[in-house]
Amino acid sequence: MQATKTTHTEPAHSHEHHDPGFLRSYVFSTDHKVIGIQYGFTALAFLFFGFLLMICMRWQMAKPGEAMPIVGKLLESLLGEVAKGGIISPDLYNAFGAMHGTIMVFLAIVPLAFAAFGNYVVPLQIGAVDMAFPRLNMVSYQCFAVGGVIMFVSFFIPGGAAQAGWTSYSPLATVIPTQGQTFWILGMVFLITSSLLGAVNFIATVIQLRAPGMTWMRLPFFTWVQFVTAFILLLAFPPLEAASVLQLMDKVFGSSFFLPTGLVISGKPYDISGGGSPLLWQHLFWFLGHPEVYVLILPAMGVVAEVIACNTRKPLWGYKSLVYSVLAVGFISFIVWAHHMYLTGMGTKISTFFQTTTMIISIPSVIILTCLFMSLWGGSIRFNTPMLFALAFLPMFGIGGLTGLPLGFNFSDLHLHDSYYVIAHFHYVVAPGTIFALFAGVYFWYPKMTGRYMSETLGKIHFWGSLIAMNLVFMPMFFQGLYGMSRRMSDGGATYALANPANEGVVTALTQTVMKLNVFVTHAAFLLLIAQIPFIINVFMSMFNGKKVENDNPWDATTLDWQTPTPPPHGNFTKEIIVYRGPYEYSVPGHPTDFTPQNMPDPKPAK
Amino acid sequence: MEIPYTVKPRPDTGLYNAKLGIWLFLASEVMLFGGLFSAYILLRVSSDLWPHGMVSIPVGTFNTFVLIASSVTVVMSWASLKLGKLSAFKGYMAATIVCALGFLGVKSFEYYAKFTHYDVWFKDEATAKKYFTAAYGEKGEEATRKLFVERFHLHNTKATYDANQIQLTGHLEGNPMFATLKKLTSAKKDTILFEADPPFGTHDHPKAIEVKLSDVQRLSAYVPAHSTYFAIYFTITALHGLHVLGGAIVLAYFLFTADHWWKKSPEQMANRVEVGGLFWHFVDLVWIFLFPIIYLL
Repeated sequence: MQATKTTHTEPAHSHEHHDPGFLRSYVFSTDHKVIGIQYGFTALAFLFFGFLLMICMRWQMAKPGEAMPIVGKLLESLLGEVAKGGIISPDLYNAFGAMHGTIMVFLAIVPLAFAAFGNYVVPLQIGAVDMAFPRLNMVSYQCFAVGGVIMFVSFFIPGGAAQAGWTSYSPLATVIPTQGQTFWILGMVFLITSSLLGAVNFIATVIQLRAPGMTWMRLPFFTWVQFVTAFILLLAFPPLEAASVLQLMDKVFGSSFFLPTGLVISGKPYDISGGGSPLLWQHLFWFLGHPEVYVLILPAMGVVAEVIACNTRKPLWGYKSLVYSVLAVGFISFIVWAHHMYLTGMGTKISTFFQTTTMIISIPSVIILTCLFMSLWGGSIRFNTPMLFALAFLPMFGIGGLTGLPLGFNFSDLHLHDSYYVIAHFHYVVAPGTIFALFAGVYFWYPKMTGRYMSETLGKIHFWGSLIAMNLVFMPMFFQGLYGMSRRMSDGGATYALANPANEGVVTALTQTVMKLNVFVTHAAFLLLIAQIPFIINVFMSMFNGKKVENDNPWDATTLDWQTPTPPPHGNFTKEIIVYRGPYEYSVPGHPTDFTPQNMPDPKPAK
Repeated sequence: MEIPYTVKPRPDTGLYNAKLGIWLFLASEVMLFGGLFSAYILLRVSSDLWPHGMVSIPVGTFNTFVLIASSVTVVMSWASLKLGKLSAFKGYMAATIVCALGFLGVKSFEYYAKFTHYDVWFKDEATAKKYFTAAYGEKGEEATRKLFVERFHLHNTKATYDANQIQLTGHLEGNPMFATLKKLTSAKKDTILFEADPPFGTHDHPKAIEVKLSDVQRLSAYVPAHSTYFAIYFTITALHGLHVLGGAIVLAYFLFTADHWWKKSPEQMANRVEVGGLFWHFVDLVWIFLFPIIYLL
């Protein structure tokens, strides 16, 4: 009796260790690497989708009121009235604009930079077997997926998706009679929950699961930035969740949190109690909104630091300054939010305070960029594709950052606020800045994830095409903005142009040069679209016929993520990891190789 | 593959993973409720009139003690586990859950009372005075004025009073929930039977009066749409209520799986209860802030 029982249980027991089945391995996996890749592909898909929305908008701006070829018919059959005759109506333009911003920030860049790379790389870099809470990690991805589905579905409901911009300012967001905004809020609640679970997990992992010897000042810079980013997400997102709940109450239960007394809509008094404050929404939104900017940029800086250290074959210049600067950025990012609100009339004293903190936060940001530039000095640089993207990041982010200064000053922001200058500024930060860094990350870690290199030829076409097209797209916008062209205009400003007979003699009407730039930028945007094709081909083709890696550490890197088998198995490491040294010991004099992995013990001194 | 420090603390941090995790989660919860409390402050300081005494202090005090008691019992249940007393754990944990359900029960009773209580704003002052007299007799205007002054703690001013005083407070015939002017008119009603609240300081309900809907400018139950006061009251207390409910479900799960976990790993079970208890204390703490700002101030 006893014996049969034992023989019965044992095979069942060993079975669950062997083959967890397709669903458990790829869909409901708790392995941080699988979850990272899930995040990565979902985010890349949303990145492309958000980009296509922008292409539609660019068409409408270059040729207001003209039907889009091919795509127009598709839009009409999918969305109906709002795309009648293949023309993107102002309502649809607004929906695309709001959703382009929302998707790019919350469904593409943050999940790609933080969740995808963070999940895949951070546990490897600290020598951990997995994240601290693997099941929470899975739930985090599932919440993200649900949020993404809600956002995507909102395009197809009656009235379409949210139309009040990615910032969803009330009262506008509340009084638009369609339900797109309700979907937006619900989607956001899921995305915020996902970020929250992810942030708890990252911080706990970095604090608890570092391998023996991995002290704080031996953490790779990438892990540091993810750690700080997780704190920003943990503490800045909840106020937006609160704000979303309040806006949901306004929208669904008719309360007046953000609706002032005496609100009149379309000539009629709006039937509400009133007494709320539109400024309250803006404060709660930007309390997240500004730290979110650093959520977008810090992981990118981390990726660039890793790629630069490895491809210059020398230690990062000023590792400690980098770490302290990132910590400073993390703290100060919580007290700069109202520099988005100079035009709201919140008062000069408050404006002065936020102007001052905004200037202060630029100091650690400049330190970081300077350290990365200095790291190039005297290096023997390998110009492979990841390094090209990382190198391009530096000046591109520099342009984005420096053009932000006039927006941080109250007096110059009054002129530039809500113009194309703002669009150009933050796109320089995020597009040729963050996205380039993320491309660098994809090319850099792809060999670890798949065991094969991505094609260098396709990679270089992708790089040069993207670099040229990005600048052709965004540089003209600075000039358009300085000329006074407002953002969020569905006709690209034609209504305010000199060519419009209604504007004859109007001094500030937009000139023909500004209007022609719209067409130029649209052409450049199509060029950018074409430049992404080699990347898409490269990602999928290289999985099967890319060049195989020669060993587990193909770039000769020092950090622990390269000390695993390729691709890393469940549990990551096959040997015990003990850390003996800092993260960037490249070209140490006296060592046989030009890199010394963190887990390599010092050679015994010769007696 | 084993994830380290799920049960035993990591020596250099002194924490096991879940304990660090819950503290981080609570930090984010502080920011969540912090955002809502900030909203409360901003709405209140920018409002002209902020009501007082809309909720019952004795009921709120009772609920406060219920939650504090549950915080004590949840600690006792954890301590019992550490002392190896499983049955004591079960008793204390059951007491905690009973407290949680009691709190939610009292809260739903309070909600129901609000959902069936109405303010009616009349079209103009003359119409309002007509109904005041109908409800409270000869001295009707003074009676409603007294109610109004007490509700908003008006220290000034005849001016504020005169500008705002066109409202009557009470119950509708049949005690419906969530009625609005729109709903009533679309139900083809011309008049409603209205039971005005007792005059200030008494408990004697005046007799019901007929109110013509054409005389009414606005009619609202005490729901979020009524005013920013009720909007923030319901939002924060409902969110807090959801936290109580969620916490109670988790604690009940610990209670019902107690035997299984006690056999499997008593140490890990005690950790789980500790982490659940930390969350429970936080929920209690939020109420400690909510009680004064909603009931007392």
